[in-house]
Amino acid sequence: MPARIDIAFRLNGVGKRASVAPETSALEMLREVIGLTGTKYGCGEGECGACTILVDGVTINACLMFAADCDGRDVMTIEGVNATPRGEALRRAFVEHGAVQCGFCTPGIMVQAWHLLESNPHADQATIQRGIEGNLCRCTGYKKIIEAVAAAEAVERGQTPVEQSREVQRG
Amino acid sequence: MTIERYCAPRTLDEALEILRAGPVSPFAGGTDLMPQSQAGRVRLAPVLMNLRRIEGMGGIAENDGVVRIGALTTMTQLMDSAVVRERLNILWQACDHFASDQLRNAGTLGGNICNASPAGDTLVPLLVLDARVELAQKPNGRIETRKLPLAEFLLGPGRTTRAPQELLSAIEIPLPAEGFYGAFFKLGTRPALDISAISIGLGALHDDGCLRSVRIAFGAVAPTAIRAARAEAELEGRLLDQDVIDAAVQAADTEIHPISDLRASGWYRREMVCNMLRRMLEDARSH
Repeated sequence: MPARIDIAFRLNGVGKRASVAPETSALEMLREVIGLTGTKYGCGEGECGACTILVDGVTINACLMFAADCDGRDVMTIEGVNATPRGEALRRAFVEHGAVQCGFCTPGIMVQAWHLLESNPHADQATIQRGIEGNLCRCTGYKKIIEAVAAAEAVERGQTPVEQSREVQRG
Repeated sequence: MTIERYCAPRTLDEALEILRAGPVSPFAGGTDLMPQSQAGRVRLAPVLMNLRRIEGMGGIAENDGVVRIGALTTMTQLMDSAVVRERLNILWQACDHFASDQLRNAGTLGGNICNASPAGDTLVPLLVLDARVELAQKPNGRIETRKLPLAEFLLGPGRTTRAPQELLSAIEIPLPAEGFYGAFFKLGTRPALDISAISIGLGALHDDGCLRSVRIAFGAVAPTAIRAARAEAELEGRLLDQDVIDAAVQAADTEIHPISDLRASGWYRREMVCNMLRRMLEDARSH
């Protein structure tokens, strides 16, 4: 009889229960069992970062995490990130800077950028570049993504895109 | 492959009891076991055991000149540690080259060692630092531990001397003398998320133009990460001039057994080990 595991954890700030098979990944649980499809399946082996989520405040690749290991922990996905002021600022900055093309990598990059800005709100472009090295984007060439992340902090302070671009040029 | 049971013990004692009872697939971060099992490279045992909840198997502590690192310590935690950054800097450098932020947040030092990849990023600095591993088991109702040098623990790709009923509980590193110089080099096609084509670790004490306590290790040029004893002997206590560097590089060339695979040819690996070791020794001289 294959085992099922009943787990309880916080998901985007709300208590959640799920029943999963032991070999299920956290990514599969989020998408297939719970139905939160913002977190993407890209490579399935930790190379692309499309499945980046926050667990206990740090980012991990959900495709490499056993779902059962979520038990008792605090999980935040792009849906949760999106609902925060910083998530909203990132979203606006991504749109204003043209940092989204096909969009498949965007949720993972936004979660990773959110995590980066949490610990370092004034991260410079080199720090941002280093911080998102675990996320692949095959469309943009990263430049606009890095500019968007650098501008997000200013968006959060309520600056207009023109003011930000002046600041980015000065920086 | 049917997993009959999943468990997440909270104590080492409980984990060792589970291991004693039968075939178990232990994991911590899961970053190796998950892709290996999904690709069919590793068959999961009937019992899947999550080690992450075990109390007292993380943390970094210094005592009597020995740094003890719990097996569950993540790469990020190693990088955040002052003692690792200041006194075991070669290990810090390797963590800095390790995969990506997401993987450094999940992957553990114990897992990187037990995965025993010839290209494992932490193995080269740990060999340079004369690290020892501590293995625990519970054969007769009591926890017993043994400690052995990392070099004796690694047997081949994915193979170690860990017995099925044993767990790697900690890594111990004797604190190098004040002023110990350590340099880590990793060759990959990009800085992040790459498995190294070769890696080199160099550790030594500077002494009036000479190197002492010289330790050299190589990754991805033999079935395990290895120490280069002959190259070390060529350098030990000698004035670090061009002839001595030449002799050390020639000795290193005899100690490696690189293979050709998708990351690099054997010829290229050999060339890179010789050229980069030379460069690292020249850097050490001017340091």
